Amino acid sequence: MQKKRWIECLLLVGLIILGGWAYQTRQVNKANMTITAVGSTALQPLVEAAGEDYSNHHLGTFINVQGGGSGTGLSQVQEGAVDIGNADVFAEEQKGIVASRLQDHRVAVVGITPIVNRSAGINQLTTAQLIAVFTGKVRNWSQVGGKDQKIVILNRAQGSGTRTTFERFGLKGQRSIAAQEQDSSGMVRQIVATTPGAISYVGFSYVNKTIQAVSLNGIQPTNQNVADNQWSIWSYEHMYTGHNPQPLAKKFIQYVQSNAIQNTLVRRLGYISMADMKVTRDGQGKVHQVEANHE
Amino acid sequence: MNNNLQKQLLKRSKAAKLERLGKTVSFLALMLITLTVFAIIIFVASKGLSTFFTNHVNLMDFLTGKNWNPSVTNSKGQPEVGALPMISGSFVVTILSALLATPFAIGTAIFMNEISPHRGAKLLQPVIELLVGIPSVVYGFIGLTVVVPAVRSVFGGSGFGILAGTFVLFVMILPTVTSMSVDALRSVPRYYREAALALGATQWQTIYKVVLRAATPGMLTAIVFGMARAFGEALAVQMVIGNAALMPTSLVSPASTLTSVLTTGIGNTVMGSLQNNALWSLALVLLVMSLIFNLVIRMIGRKGAMSK
Repeated sequence: MQKKRWIECLLLVGLIILGGWAYQTRQVNKANMTITAVGSTALQPLVEAAGEDYSNHHLGTFINVQGGGSGTGLSQVQEGAVDIGNADVFAEEQKGIVASRLQDHRVAVVGITPIVNRSAGINQLTTAQLIAVFTGKVRNWSQVGGKDQKIVILNRAQGSGTRTTFERFGLKGQRSIAAQEQDSSGMVRQIVATTPGAISYVGFSYVNKTIQAVSLNGIQPTNQNVADNQWSIWSYEHMYTGHNPQPLAKKFIQYVQSNAIQNTLVRRLGYISMADMKVTRDGQGKVHQVEANHE
Repeated sequence: MNNNLQKQLLKRSKAAKLERLGKTVSFLALMLITLTVFAIIIFVASKGLSTFFTNHVNLMDFLTGKNWNPSVTNSKGQPEVGALPMISGSFVVTILSALLATPFAIGTAIFMNEISPHRGAKLLQPVIELLVGIPSVVYGFIGLTVVVPAVRSVFGGSGFGILAGTFVLFVMILPTVTSMSVDALRSVPRYYREAALALGATQWQTIYKVVLRAATPGMLTAIVFGMARAFGEALAVQMVIGNAALMPTSLVSPASTLTSVLTTGIGNTVMGSLQNNALWSLALVLLVMSLIFNLVIRMIGRKGAMSK
């Protein structure tokens, strides 16, 4: 009996401590010291790293970063459930999103390149050949100058930002035939590396020695070629907010866009800095030269 | 004095109070779980049915259509949400893996329970428990790095497909089916075996003609349980099946299951859009199927009880 009382007391104390802690954190939340950013897994590494940096410089703030995909990010920020929605696509391109209710902040650019298994013997293609491969008109690598090997197409999941960008600018708006789908770039790279005849597409930062990046129409997939739009398969990384974002969300996005982050983290993590871009592109795909502005 | 005693007798004793408290707590726990289950069913149903009521997709088109492309509309102006490739993919891997796992599971169970109940069970029990404890992502990863290349070099194709999914699921449902089969064999009364042996039957005749016959309902339940698990498994299958929303034409061509399309697609759609609703409809199909599996298990249980 005595022992039971003791346990009850302990439980009670535990509850009080938990309650107090919850109360404390509630206070912090009210003071706008925490924001949540959700969405694109392609942008997640940058936002996470920048968020850690920001919290280190501004004690007491906390940037909570989660994945979930571009669609999730946009819908959550539209519903007001989170402060920032990360996306690889323009809000206009996503079905079910009212773009006018969101504010676009572009924080980086990412180039996307076709990749093939090394044994296919392919390191360059023309756009026409690429389209023929992904629409199923060509089924063997020997037909486009490679070895006698069956082509295995790998797609990202439908609605993925990388896939949307690739089909829009790499395949000139054509859709890929139904084929294998994977839900992350890391998985795609792993499968392309180990499956003979496989072809897919990933962001530049995922390219390594295990797979062969393909140049298109004689143009190499490099950051320089993306900067002047010679390599047209690229997309902005967007951080969307509502029209009246929390002060901390605003400050954090400004921090990500600042030179301190653009020149260090953005480049180190394989993205292309906004400042390096010599062109801009709008949601309709129209490209404009950037006026040379000396800052 | 008398008054005091009366008070004491009429007052609720400590034990009675405790009993009441215990009953309330367990009732509340039950209520909470029931509520959760119903909330999930209602949520999935309302989301899944809105494909048909809000987006006006024809139910037959959904169940028999062969093109899955929710963001594209076909010539009739209807979105392409044919779920037949996924539904058939799910059923094919489930049935194949159950077919593959059943003989092994029953064999193991017989060995553990009839042939070598002491040493065999001592050795096999921990092995089976270990298999249950391995997380499905590990199975998936082994499938991706070992099973897929093996299938590719032996059977051709890219290696991704129903066959690889079957192999992975086979290992995953084996422990479930085995341990439930063991329970089924164990529940066969001892005097059945004694009677058979007394009539001069050999051990194998006893197992084959008596014990297995008596344990059939339990065995069937075990198999259906395994199938239910295979049908709902998402991660491991998704990693090896290839996730191509194509009708399965061969065992080594990429295919997809309801769960694999769900997990790859859900992050890329927006709540409330048709693309999202179509995925919820797939979830509803999954839920209905698992309810059917449950009903089948209950039916088998009842039938088995009657014949005894």
